[in-house]
Amino acid sequence: MELHHLTLSQAAEKLRKKEVSSVELTQNSLKRIESLDPKVGAYLTVTADSALTQAKAIDAKIASGEKLPELSGLPFSLKDIFLTKGIKTTCASKILHNFIPPYTATSAQKLFDQGIVLTGKLNMDEFAMGSSTETSAFQQTKNPWDLSRTPGGSSGGSSAAVAAGLCYGALGTDTGGSIRQPAALTGIVGLKPTYGRVSRFGVIAFASSLDQVGPMTKDVRDCALVLNAIAGYDDRDSTSFKTAVPDYTQSLKKDCKGLKIGVPKEYFIPGTDPEIDAAVRKALETYKELGAEIHEVSLPHTEYAVPTYYILAPAEASSNLARYDGIRYGHRAEGAKDLLDLYVRSRSEGFGAEVKRRIMLGTYVLSAGYYDAYYLKAQKVRTLIRRDFEEAFKKVDVLVTPTSPSHAFKLGEKTDDPIQMYLSDIFTINVNLAGLPGMSLPCGMSAGKLPIGMQLIAGSFQEEKIFHAAYAYEQATQWHQMRAPL
Amino acid sequence: MTTFETVIGLEVHAQLKTKTKIFCSCSTEFGKPPNTNTCEVCLGLPGVLPVLNRKAVEFAIKAGLATHCSIQRKSVFARKNYFYPDLPKGYQISQYELPICLKGYLDIEFDGQKKRVGLTRIHMEEDAGKLNHDFGSSDVSHVDLNRACTPLIEIVSEPDMRGPKEASAYLRRLRDILVYLDICDGNMEEGSFRCDANVSIRPVGQEKFGTRCELKNMNSFRNVERAIEYEVKRQEALILDGGKVVQETRTWNADKGISESMRSKEEANDYRYFPDPDLLPLIVEDAWVEELRKQQPELPVEKSERFAKDYGIPPYDAEVLTADKAVAQHWEEAVKAAQGTEPKKVSNLYMTHLLKLQKDIPETFERITSSIVAEVLKMTEDGQISLGMAKEILDEVAASGKAVKLIVEEKGMVQVSDTGAIEKVVDQVLADNPKNLADFRGGKDKLFGFFVGQTMKALGGKANPKVVNDILMKKLKG
Repeated sequence: MELHHLTLSQAAEKLRKKEVSSVELTQNSLKRIESLDPKVGAYLTVTADSALTQAKAIDAKIASGEKLPELSGLPFSLKDIFLTKGIKTTCASKILHNFIPPYTATSAQKLFDQGIVLTGKLNMDEFAMGSSTETSAFQQTKNPWDLSRTPGGSSGGSSAAVAAGLCYGALGTDTGGSIRQPAALTGIVGLKPTYGRVSRFGVIAFASSLDQVGPMTKDVRDCALVLNAIAGYDDRDSTSFKTAVPDYTQSLKKDCKGLKIGVPKEYFIPGTDPEIDAAVRKALETYKELGAEIHEVSLPHTEYAVPTYYILAPAEASSNLARYDGIRYGHRAEGAKDLLDLYVRSRSEGFGAEVKRRIMLGTYVLSAGYYDAYYLKAQKVRTLIRRDFEEAFKKVDVLVTPTSPSHAFKLGEKTDDPIQMYLSDIFTINVNLAGLPGMSLPCGMSAGKLPIGMQLIAGSFQEEKIFHAAYAYEQATQWHQMRAPL
Repeated sequence: MTTFETVIGLEVHAQLKTKTKIFCSCSTEFGKPPNTNTCEVCLGLPGVLPVLNRKAVEFAIKAGLATHCSIQRKSVFARKNYFYPDLPKGYQISQYELPICLKGYLDIEFDGQKKRVGLTRIHMEEDAGKLNHDFGSSDVSHVDLNRACTPLIEIVSEPDMRGPKEASAYLRRLRDILVYLDICDGNMEEGSFRCDANVSIRPVGQEKFGTRCELKNMNSFRNVERAIEYEVKRQEALILDGGKVVQETRTWNADKGISESMRSKEEANDYRYFPDPDLLPLIVEDAWVEELRKQQPELPVEKSERFAKDYGIPPYDAEVLTADKAVAQHWEEAVKAAQGTEPKKVSNLYMTHLLKLQKDIPETFERITSSIVAEVLKMTEDGQISLGMAKEILDEVAASGKAVKLIVEEKGMVQVSDTGAIEKVVDQVLADNPKNLADFRGGKDKLFGFFVGQTMKALGGKANPKVVNDILMKKLKG
């Protein structure tokens, strides 16, 4: 197999056996970025020099016989929402076009401590607000399966880079589906862990109560390896949990005897593409064959997820994005006549249309006189949504649903219709509102050669159940071996 | 003519004396070069998260216990959203709907009256940075974020005060308590203890409150009184003139002695408060509160009452001596060290001399230890030195830190108690002043003081006054 088609685990194996060096892997990735990324548009920053320096250092350690962590020496990339000391971090926004962080995000640092080789920073929707990576202030990213289509979003740079074999894995963030939907649309594995499982410190905030960091990889084992590295309590994030971190690779089992799978009826609805609906139903058949029990369950408040999310997420975002004021860092408008003018112009010039729309939505719902009707009510609905899941998980171990109601859509297809764009996340948003772990993994291919993803959801801190179910399915099927035709 | 009643409620911001900031581990040290006590968190860089300082919570609970508040098991930090260059995140983290302390009170005294002022709440929040516009250029301002993220508590009173004197009595009492608890410097000039006043007036007998104005920028107790006095007069004049008070925020201009309108209610910010999703609700376990309750030190009122009762000193003395915790401790130790000396005498020395001395020489109570006070007082009791000499010695100790014995030797301060020597001098004085002697014997008792003075003068002030008095009395009567 060609080097770039290897998974993280396979590449690690070759490195361990000294069939390849970290420098070779890195050079190969950089070369591939150089030749393909002009078409794909995944990278905002390529860190070729520092990557090679890192790779050389790892090779030296290997040569000296030092025992290294499994991820050491493997080319890896980060969504441009993770702060990386000394490396420009823009969140795909003009307002941070010149921002070079003085510190590194905890999750990124944990990967660096494992010895990953950082090859670059990946495109995304501006401030992670979008489902197609089209709100990026800098460039469009294309789906490696069909360059006229979106790689999903907001972690579309990450999904495209992994699917195109430009890196062996990437980190994304997921506030309403931003890891899982792009994973589904590009045929890779993406996990949004339980809220509080991975530190948010150093990750640019969109909606603090929903944001979570997660791996985007070629298969389930890779996903477990990366989660092993990044999960855990961080004393710099008060919302991270002290719950012990298991070795997730221990959950990778091939049979599903006794596993109870729930099928929430609200997720199998007419609006979903029939090919996707069929693919997920077929996956359920596979699970039956693997020994799992299938139960229909109900999550009655599902239909309120999108409106609830579009109150809470913008409310938090309107406050989180207040710090981009042109005073201390980032874009500052020229020639402002007074303080207010400086704020208005810096922010008007620095933010794109979708970000502005959400800041206005959020400001509105938090305003005096509207707070109770919108924000407070949405919080109550959020509690109801969470309870739906708690009820369901009394009966079953994991839920299986489609990840996205549609295949990768054409670039430009939904950019003029925010509501249609918002509905791309209809199956993923609930999971964020409930703070639960959810994974998307490949489960089919459309007639038009576009990947289909299914979503596995488990209870709080039950990632092991997801890994178990996901790995068993993956090993019983071939979908994870598909590679984009690039 | 209508007579009005003044209604005052106070909001006090007290900076907590924690070593580090409330949401990061930067130092809170005052007076550092601009922006040196900062990190990514208090600078509000992208991606940062606040982590609550447990010490700040402890201090807030202590303040709540000392003011008889109920400590809330669950409180919540919210974001108060507004734009200003001294506010790096574009919001201030502050407790809003659910503060840490609710419903307390403070007993105050003013003009000989006692009164209980209710406390609505105490909540915790972070301070903002400072803007500096004084760099010579009118179109450049500098932002110093050293103070950003410093812990504050805001103590909100009920509208229970009825005049400027009450307000300042409340403020002094509150400050004394916070200083006693060692949780706040209480320095109004430096801004570690800041006060805003809500002032309204209403015709006497009317129950409904009048429209209030909020006064800001009063950086001393005196200015709080002045600003309220001015505001009451302004509102009275306005109403008597047929006008209406408009709800607004006014800033006190101490130089001009007036307040000026800052912004009206309509111009006020909509702060869009909502719970900060980066911080979990603060849960305070009962056991912690009980532990802090046990550690609570004796507060000024209790100490003052105890001093008056146990040592038999006048309540006024007790109050003055206990206003400052260090002074109170110093005094009590001196009383214990000077066994045999009446506490009242010890108290007199502090009230008439040492407290004044401390104002001139800040090191007074470090150099004059409690045992030095006791030693000097004992020397006066024994008749070795006069009280005047005692004060002179203490002045010298405060100024130079020299040992008492050395000063006594250097100044030759030995009191003459030798009756033979004194009798000789008295005889001479009587012989030199035959007219006064005749007048005294003729009934002019007041001349006794003259003879005392002459005798003391002749003895260079070193005579034991009691011995002089006894001898004079005997000889004058013939």
